[in-house]
Amino acid sequence: MVHAADPDAARQGELIRLVRQDCGSCHGMNLTGGLGMPLTPDALRDKPFESLVATVVYGRPGTAMPPWKTIISEGDAEWIVRRLMQGFPVETR
Amino acid sequence: MKPLFALLSALLLSACAQAPLRGTGDLGVIIERATGRVAIVDTTAKSILARVEGLGDLSHASVVFARDGRYAYVFGRDGGLTKVDLLLARIDRRVMQAGNSIGGAISQDGRLVVAQNYQPGGIKVFDASTLELLSEVPAQSKVVGLVDLPGQRFAYALFDKGEIWVSDLSDPRLPATQKFPAGQQPYDGLVTPDGRHYMAGLFGEDGIALLDTWRPELGAKKILQHYGKGQEKLPVFKMPHLRGWAVAGGKAYLPAIGRHEVLLVDTTTWKEAGRVKVKGQPVFVMARPDGRQVWVNFAFPDNGWVQVIDTLSGQIVQTLAPGKAILHMEFTPRGEHVWLSARDDNLVSIYDTQSFARLATLPADSPSGIFFTSRAARTGF
Ligand code: HEC
Repeated sequence: MVHAADPDAARQGELIRLVRQDCGSCHGMNLTGGLGMPLTPDALRDKPFESLVATVVYGRPGTAMPPWKTIISEGDAEWIVRRLMQGFPVETR
Repeated sequence: MKPLFALLSALLLSACAQAPLRGTGDLGVIIERATGRVAIVDTTAKSILARVEGLGDLSHASVVFARDGRYAYVFGRDGGLTKVDLLLARIDRRVMQAGNSIGGAISQDGRLVVAQNYQPGGIKVFDASTLELLSEVPAQSKVVGLVDLPGQRFAYALFDKGEIWVSDLSDPRLPATQKFPAGQQPYDGLVTPDGRHYMAGLFGEDGIALLDTWRPELGAKKILQHYGKGQEKLPVFKMPHLRGWAVAGGKAYLPAIGRHEVLLVDTTTWKEAGRVKVKGQPVFVMARPDGRQVWVNFAFPDNGWVQVIDTLSGQIVQTLAPGKAILHMEFTPRGEHVWLSARDDNLVSIYDTQSFARLATLPADSPSGIFFTSRAARTGF
């Protein structure tokens, strides 16, 4: 599997905040679920990586999961999903 | 050692006895969501009086007040329900009541606190003084839009089932529930200030489900069904909130989902009465208590703006940039000031609603909801 380049450190910081705060409004700040399901390593373990990335970029029509492509690039989304599957970093301020 | 201890406790006791008496009418709480903490505030002094820690996961927390204004019931995302004593600035009681919760309501007589839950889906009924669990209504669906109705009843909507339920808790250990088909994916609900009409906003289709709770036998009907016909919806990055909604001058002001618009509905005919173009997708659309102004904040990525609609002219009269990520607003009881939380600036700003001048800022850690005790006396809050 070929990865797009990882986002740089500054972008990673932005993405961590975005995921915790803005994805958090539906998935919970601790990503333990809300209107959307939990995005914890346990919950994602058996799900295909590529389709999770596609969900983030293109959303899931007919559900409340919106497409993020205007804000999150394919490379960003791959990084997010990889980190979600490992246990998502907490914000450092 | 002993005499010293006695002396100290005597001093402490007299210090307590001398703490000035105060009422609760100008108190409130700010949720500091990242730290599981609430700040207790004084809206006259515009200051933070104290902080109470240990409330768990407060992302998406909401608050209702005991009718004496002394206690705040804080519903946490993690299912924690915490009763905070605002006068003593401490946790009075706390229970973990669900796996995943999003809010609650308090009964007309103030004796019952009800939580609305995602996981397991349904509502749970608690004794407001002891937080003892009295009963539950399981729903096999996420529950949204829970409000109190007159007569110890509660209305709520089922996201996954597309229904509105009304539970009568006259006997709190034996809820009696009526069910009404509503529409696809209701995402939040509200009740008119008189406690009569319950509305559930629909995410899965255009329109709003409306139930006249004085005439439940008529069932829920759909209004504003065609407001978005033929137009592509924008991606919705945050669900709008209906609670805290606005009725002014015979019109209801509602957030349009997936559009940069506020919708106006005539509250006698329930037909569309106009639209106001705004800067982003509205999240909260709230009337100043006198109804002359309606304040609107927005979803990501437009969440740095706040706009004010003059209800007489129907025009936007002010656009403010109060800070980064404005999550919530709360008016002082009679509306001379509004408090706004700027999550990413770690600030709460207080504005004069007449001059739009910023009067003060208070430091707060990732502030989200702001709730004042004047809610205690309002149906649907
Ligand atoms: C407005 C609400 C909302 C927001 C905001 C949101 N999501 Fe979702 N998300 C959902 C819902 C609802 C689902 C479930 C869709 C379904 O029913 O299949 C979902 C599903 C997902 C899934 C699929 C999980 C699985 O187990 O299949 C992923 C991954 C995901 N979201 C990631 C994100 C990320 C990353 C963000 C932020 C960039 C985000 N979501 C923001 C509502 C949201």
